[in-house]
Parts: sequence; C-alpha cells; structure tokens
Amino acid sequence: MVQYLIRRLLYTFVTLVGISIISWVIITQAPGSPIAITLDPKVSPKIVEQMEKNYDLDKPIYQQYFLWLKRLFTGKLYSFKDGRPVLEKIGERIGNTLLLNVVSILIIFSLAIPLGIFSARKQYTFFDNLGTFGAYLGISIPGFWLAYLLILGTVKLFGYPVLGMRSFVTEGFSSLEIVMDRLWHLMLPSIILAIGGIAALSRYTRSSMLEVIRQDYIRTAKAKGLPEEEVYYRHALRNALLPIVTLFGFLIPGLIGGSIIMETVFAWPGIGRLAYQAVLARDYPVVMTINTISAVLVLIGNFIADLLYAVVDPRIRYQ
Amino acid sequence: MKIKILLFLPPLLFLIVLGVNLLFVSFRPPQKVNQLIMSSIGDASFLNPILAQDSASSEINSLIFSGLIKYDRELRNFVGVLAESWKVEDGEEPTITFFLRKGVRWHDGKEFTAHDVQFTYDKIMDEKTNTVRRSDYELVKKAEVRDPYTFKVTYRQPFSPGLGTWSIGIIPRHLLEKEDINTTAFNRKPIGTGPFRFVEWVTDEKIVVEANPDYFEGKPGLDRIIYRIIPETSLSEMELLTKGIDYYGVLPHQYSRMKEVPYLKIYSQPVFSYTYLGYNLVNPLFQDRRVRRAFTHAINREELVQYVLYGFGAVISGPFPNHLWYYNPNVKPLPYDPQKARELLSEAGWKDRDGDGILDKDGKPFRFKLITNSGNDVRRDVGVLVQRQLRELGIDVIFETYEWSIFLKNFINPRHFDACILGWGLSPDPDDYMIWHSSQIEKGFNFISYRNPEADRLWEEGRRQYDMKKRQEIYWRLHELIAEDQPYTFLYMPLGLSALQRKFFLKEKDEKGNEVLQEIRLEKAGLMYDLIKWTVPKGIVLEQ
Repeated sequence: MVQYLIRRLLYTFVTLVGISIISWVIITQAPGSPIAITLDPKVSPKIVEQMEKNYDLDKPIYQQYFLWLKRLFTGKLYSFKDGRPVLEKIGERIGNTLLLNVVSILIIFSLAIPLGIFSARKQYTFFDNLGTFGAYLGISIPGFWLAYLLILGTVKLFGYPVLGMRSFVTEGFSSLEIVMDRLWHLMLPSIILAIGGIAALSRYTRSSMLEVIRQDYIRTAKAKGLPEEEVYYRHALRNALLPIVTLFGFLIPGLIGGSIIMETVFAWPGIGRLAYQAVLARDYPVVMTINTISAVLVLIGNFIADLLYAVVDPRIRYQ
Repeated sequence: MKIKILLFLPPLLFLIVLGVNLLFVSFRPPQKVNQLIMSSIGDASFLNPILAQDSASSEINSLIFSGLIKYDRELRNFVGVLAESWKVEDGEEPTITFFLRKGVRWHDGKEFTAHDVQFTYDKIMDEKTNTVRRSDYELVKKAEVRDPYTFKVTYRQPFSPGLGTWSIGIIPRHLLEKEDINTTAFNRKPIGTGPFRFVEWVTDEKIVVEANPDYFEGKPGLDRIIYRIIPETSLSEMELLTKGIDYYGVLPHQYSRMKEVPYLKIYSQPVFSYTYLGYNLVNPLFQDRRVRRAFTHAINREELVQYVLYGFGAVISGPFPNHLWYYNPNVKPLPYDPQKARELLSEAGWKDRDGDGILDKDGKPFRFKLITNSGNDVRRDVGVLVQRQLRELGIDVIFETYEWSIFLKNFINPRHFDACILGWGLSPDPDDYMIWHSSQIEKGFNFISYRNPEADRLWEEGRRQYDMKKRQEIYWRLHELIAEDQPYTFLYMPLGLSALQRKFFLKEKDEKGNEVLQEIRLEKAGLMYDLIKWTVPKGIVLEQ
C-alpha cells in the first residue's frame, strides 16, 4: 500500500509538470497580448514596447516559464492587470466560491439522495415517472437561461435585489435581517447551480438502489421474514450508497473551481470570474496559477476517490 | 423506520429555510439613504490615476484624486482645481506656470505642495512605471518646482493640447516615495485630495467612497458613493428596478421598457466616439475620391441609426463630436442619394458592362472585403446593412469578422485590408494628429494611409496654436477638408443613455444665498459634472 502511494504521488507530480508546461505554451502562444488590447491613439507604439519589457514579455518563452515558477514559489508573482500578488487575488475569492459551492452541494445531497431512494422504492409509479421527467428537464435546461428566468420572476414578485453577495442599502437592518439578506443572495445562485447536480445524482442513487435490491442477500433477508421497510432502508440502502461516497473525491476540484457562467450572471465575486477576466485580459500569471491550482485539485480528487474506493469496499486492494 | 424519516429531514429543512427567506424579502423595510450606487461591468484595476487604463478605475479616481485643472462644463476652456490659476507663455519653447491653491490637504492630513506635482510627473516619465500616459508628456522639456506653490513646465515646442494633460490626478509624494509604484498597496487604498475619500474595496463586488468634509470646494452633498460590479449588463436593469443601483448606462433596446418606470429619469447625452467605414487608400479601388463619395451617398446612415441604434445616434459629417466647439456646423453630411452615387461611380469608370449585376472596370468586377472585429453586435449589424446597400449599387462586398487581437495583428497593423468598420473614442481636445497625420501611416494610427499636405499642415498648426479662436478656425477647415476627401464614411456618433433614480437633486445657492434644490442638469461635460452638489433630500418619498 505504501509503495503504491509513493508511486502514485510520483506519477501525479510528473503529470502536473506536464500540464503546466503544455498550458503555458498554449496560453502564451494564443493570439493577443496583455498590453495594447485597445486601439488608443493616445498611446504610442514605443510605450507598448517598453511595457512589454517591464513585464518580461520580450524574453524567450522557456525563460518566462521558469520566471513564473520561481515567482510563484517565492511569492513575487504579480498580476499584470492590477499589480497585486496573484495568490492574494485568488485567496480573497476562494472563500466566496467555496461558500457557494458548499451550499449548492448540500442542497444537491439533501434533495437528490432522498429523491433517488424514493424513486427506486416506487419504481414506475407516477412519482418515479415525475422524477425521471424532472431529472431530464434539469439536465437539459441550460443553467444561465433558468437563472435569467428566476431572476426576472423574483424581481417581479418580490422587488428585492438579487445580484451580488448582499444588498447595498441595508441601513437600519438588524443583524438577523442582514443574515437573511445574505442568505437570500446565496439562495438563488446555489439553487440554480444545484439543479443539474440534483438531476444527475438522483438518477445515480436510483439506479444504484435498484441494482442492490435485485441482489441475492436482499431476497434472503426478505425470505427470512424481515419487514420490507427494514430490508430496504437498512440493508439495501447502505450498500447502495457505497458508490456515492466515492463521489466525494471528485467533488474536490469542483468546490474550488468556480462556475464562470453563474458567477457572472449573479455578479458573484468568485474564482470563475477571476479566471475568465484574466483570460480576456491575457493576464498570464493569473491564468496560469488558477490553471495549476485546478490541475492539482483534480489530481488530488482522483487520488482521494481511488483511496475511498478501497476504504469503503474492502474487496478492493491496490498493489 | 427511523432512517426513512431521517431521509425526509434535509429536504424539509431546505424548504423551511427557503420559506422563511421568502417571507423576509417580501416584507423588508424601506430605506432612504443619501448615497449614490452606480454599476460597472468590470472591477477597477488601479486606484492610481497614473496607472489606470480602464474606465471603472478612471471614474473612481476622478472622485478620490484631483488634477491641477479640469475642463469647464462646455468642454472648451479649463477651470482650476488644485491650481488656483496658471499662466501660459507662448514662444518657441512655451512654458506653463501653475500657481497652486494653498492649504489643500491630502486625505491623511498632510499638506499638498508642488513637490507632489513634480513627483507625479517624474513617476509618469520613469520607464519602470507601467503607464500609458507617458506619451502625453513626451514634448515636455523640463518640469520644475519654483516654490512649494508654484510649478513650471517648459515644452520643447509649442503644444497646446499639453495644457489638458495636467488634469491628471496628482498622487502624494510622502506616501509613494519609497514604494514600487506598480505593485504598492497604495493602489488599493488610495489617498488623494478629491471630494471623496476612499473607504473600502471588496474585490469584484464593490468600491465605496465617502464625502470628504475638508474638500476645498466644500463637503459634497452625498454621504457616500458605491460602485457595484455587475458583469452582466442586461441584469443591471433588474437591480435598477429593485433599487439595488441608482444609476446605469441603459442600452438602446432597453429604453422603451425603462422610460415606463415612474421612479426613473432617462438622460441621453452625446458620447465621445464615432463609428466609421475606413477605406484603405493604398488599394487602387479606393484611391478615387469620387468612389468614396459615391459610397457615402449610397449608405443610408439615417437608417443605420434607426435600425441599429434604435434611433439613439446622430449622423456626423466629419471626425469630431457634433456638440463641441471644433465641429464645423456648416459642413453637412452627404445626403443619402443612390442615384448620385451611380453617377459618381460611372464618372469614375465603373459600369456594369457584362450585365452580371456587378459594376466593372477594365474587365475587373468591383469586389472587396469589408472587415470588423467580432464580439461587437452593433458593428456586425452595420456591416450587414452596408453590404446590402452597396450590393444594390452593383458592388460585391464580402463581409467578415475576426477576433479582436487577430483583427489587429493580421489586418490593421500590417495594413492588410480593403475596408474596415471601426470606431474612435476621442478626448475633449481636437488634436487627432495621431489618427490623421501622414507621419502616422508607417507605425501610427493612420492605418488607412490618408495623405493630404494641407491637412498635415493644419494638424501641425492646430497643436502649436494656443489661441482658441484660431484653433477653432483650423479645426473647422480640417473638418471641411476631410469631409471633402471622405477617407472614411462617417457613419454615426452614438448617444449614451443613462437611467437615474429620481430621488437625486442638485443642492445650490440662489442669489440670496439660500439653499435651493434643482433638477439634475445634463451638461456638455456630462451628467456627473456637478456630482459634488448631488444630494438626496430628506422627506421625499422614495417607495412607489
């Protein structure tokens, strides 16, 4: 097991270096430049050249790559756009993205798992068919479109601000009201973010459950005379939830990686928007750093998922 | 059995939280606050006037920092801000001497002096500073502090637009002297001399400034101004309706909805930009002036404004904004006249000789490629209309769009195009030397390669001349010349629409010195020119 871990870590490291080199080449060689994105007659070409020099953009590409690495690890990496340390910029947004994603994952799990279980229990009934229909709808409706409709609807109904993380006219609010205000602003984007997940996870739970109740030991338990409810919710459920536990590993990259579209629509100051704006502005230090962080998280997520398989299912052993 | 009940709990909990929350938003208390909330698509980058390039940063900087001078409300002359007065001495090496206001304090209490002005200038000229402002001061020979309240600039040659560049915000020497200007923390918590003081900046969410009680022209009427960052323009409308923002730049298609809202007032003001169809004059197709004039006659610009801008724009006849002193009102736009266009083209030798519906000359059909950048729907729509209108004349236009950086790198910069649709954003000074002078063909912004010796001479003279009356004559003549040559077909100048909650008023003194409330006025210099006088009077019912 220890040997497996070491080998696995080594592979992960090599993959990471590969990812960072490939993405560096792609990002910096794409057309466009961090400077002179605008056509401004007040800016002479000479100044653009000088600024390229200040940003080390005149150096060969491999040198730029090593400079980036060096600065990343010495904490001297600054964004082109506003001259701030890149890690600070990412750090102040991570909390916001994390909040939004944790809440939406809580919504997904608290709604989808019961939904899936009951759908399986009442297979082919009206409730199950409704669930199936709802799941297809949830998967196929584009999130941004639903978000627009929801915003329009709530504005018409309640006339209360919906965008951003909080309201801006909160004079005279009690602390409870401020909490409520924050909660309201959190509610809409996390529900929209959760819809696709609810649809997918409830289907997943349902089929997992259906598979388990066809197993021999369930029939044995029933034959033994155990009450059906007990067989179902105690013996079957535990086994059916095993594969879902391993999903947690895959959730990790999703927690930090923000959603560009939802963060933009709801004016939510998160990582997704930072990354998107950085790409548009060709802010290489920011783009590369976010890219690398996501790569690390995906690799860690895969790793944890593999480990969880072994933990929850004693039949799996890695050599 | 217990598990089954347990499974019901999370959804139930979720519904309860949602329900309580919905109750809260349906019965929230109304408020009335003496503040202005504005929205911006993007976050600011540098709250430092010499580094800022984007409009969000510039707008906020103009509240926190002040320059030596600023434009008056007609955008014609200057009025003093940090400079009480100034003296321009004409000559081969002209000088400007600024006499600074005494007793002005930075927001941290230190006194403002000429050394701060000198420091600002030095920082701009420092090659290590990542600023694009340096081009503005290239003709400065030397800048010097005469005494703590006198600052003198000497130019290498007469350069009248130079005066306007001293409206740049002045930064404090005592706070920045030992800092790396590009990365200093000051750029995120600035100290200025302006009417508003910086309070906080929450990344990608909001920037808050509050009234500076010690401002030398008096404390502003508003308690604070909040900039919200809302990246989706169509959703800003929703925030306007829920009073989450007070001011917002309305898009033309939103106008008819917004004007129905009783608590909003819609203003429309000219914008410092125009959109044009530029002809590459190196291309033999466009070297004949008659062809270019025929194109202008053939393109129905009124229709463009009507259909593409929903009527919110003006047809202009030359390269200047039509509401300012240097726009020559005697030059009228060429009328829409397809018949006249046909005549001009056949005079130039373009006739449909082979009967295929396309004009030809020397056996070659009149066919060219029109390009613009993608991602700008207005320009795309303009291109399609131009293509159709020229097709009616018998000209085959291939219309294509390219991503901005490719558009610049592959087409505009190497001058490798036939015709393009683009726009210029202008400043209040008419000196567009960089766009039109023939010395700018090689590497500058005259990418259509326009050459006219008389125009060249006038552009040079315009920037040497300090006398406003004479400058006006020069630019009026230039306007005439360029309209005659039609190197561009000037398409339109858009109108900027903005919506403002009706709760704001101007607090002014009448002749007897009493405070009176006035409606917000739209000045040539913009709606926000008198921002420091804005206020939300108590006792006005805001809700419904």
